[in-house]
Amino acid sequence: MAIEVRIPTILRSYTGGAKVVEGSGDTLTDLIADLDSRHGGLKARLVTDAGALHRFVNVYVNDEDVRFLGALDAKLNDGDSVTILPAVAGGAFGFAAAAAIASHAVSTRAAR
Amino acid sequence: MLSIDRSIIDAIVAHARRDHPDEACGVVAGPVGSDTPARHIPMDNAARSMTFYEFDSMEQLRVWREMDDRDEEPVVIYHSHTATEAYPSRTDVAFAGEPGAHYLLVSTREPDTEEIRSFRIVDGVVTEEPVEIVDAAVDPNAVQSYMFGQSPATVDYECSDR
Repeated sequence: MAIEVRIPTILRSYTGGAKVVEGSGDTLTDLIADLDSRHGGLKARLVTDAGALHRFVNVYVNDEDVRFLGALDAKLNDGDSVTILPAVAGGAFGFAAAAAIASHAVSTRAAR
Repeated sequence: MLSIDRSIIDAIVAHARRDHPDEACGVVAGPVGSDTPARHIPMDNAARSMTFYEFDSMEQLRVWREMDDRDEEPVVIYHSHTATEAYPSRTDVAFAGEPGAHYLLVSTREPDTEEIRSFRIVDGVVTEEPVEIVDAAVDPNAVQSYMFGQSPATVDYECSDR
């Protein structure tokens, strides 16, 4: 059986426009690797070079934010539904972290 | 161009004023593909900050699912800047993840007037667009009789140069 993954508009260029794709894996890391094997480039938009979940996306397993389920180590079962949404955030200025995030985003885009 | 009903703009400004000096944020949903903002959804600023805003991830999931169920999409994503101009910051650009949305910014730094500006943010590129505020209270079938009168049905805010 498979895990249903809902893809946000901004990432549908990697899935040929598909809103929902299927994948498999025992953890979120495995699922993302599986998706990336068929939808190349998706992983880089979800996982940082340092191996953490990107700040720019929210990932949910069923009704729970994976940040509360162990993030990339979150356990998955057949029949689970995974939803990816763009994190909505911003603000007037960056404190130092925001500047770091911004420069990281630029380098991620440049690397694409 | 962003075309938006005056009652929605009024509600967004009221939200921004209410949360001042913290930044306020929210969404205006509309039917998929319509480019028409119709349903105002004020969101919590989970950061509760004067310089940063962030949707609560669980509230966002609920609202995004609700939009999906109603065949809606986020037509407008808005937030306020409370001490600076209504122009997207580097942080805003870094996070902008809805290429189809109008990013509306409201500055509440002046106590009596609001600066309201709208932007498209796609792949890190910011493009300002005019905002047309529409008075739905005016019956569209009655517009002709008002045409040379004193009550304009729309007010256009042109982009400022920059």
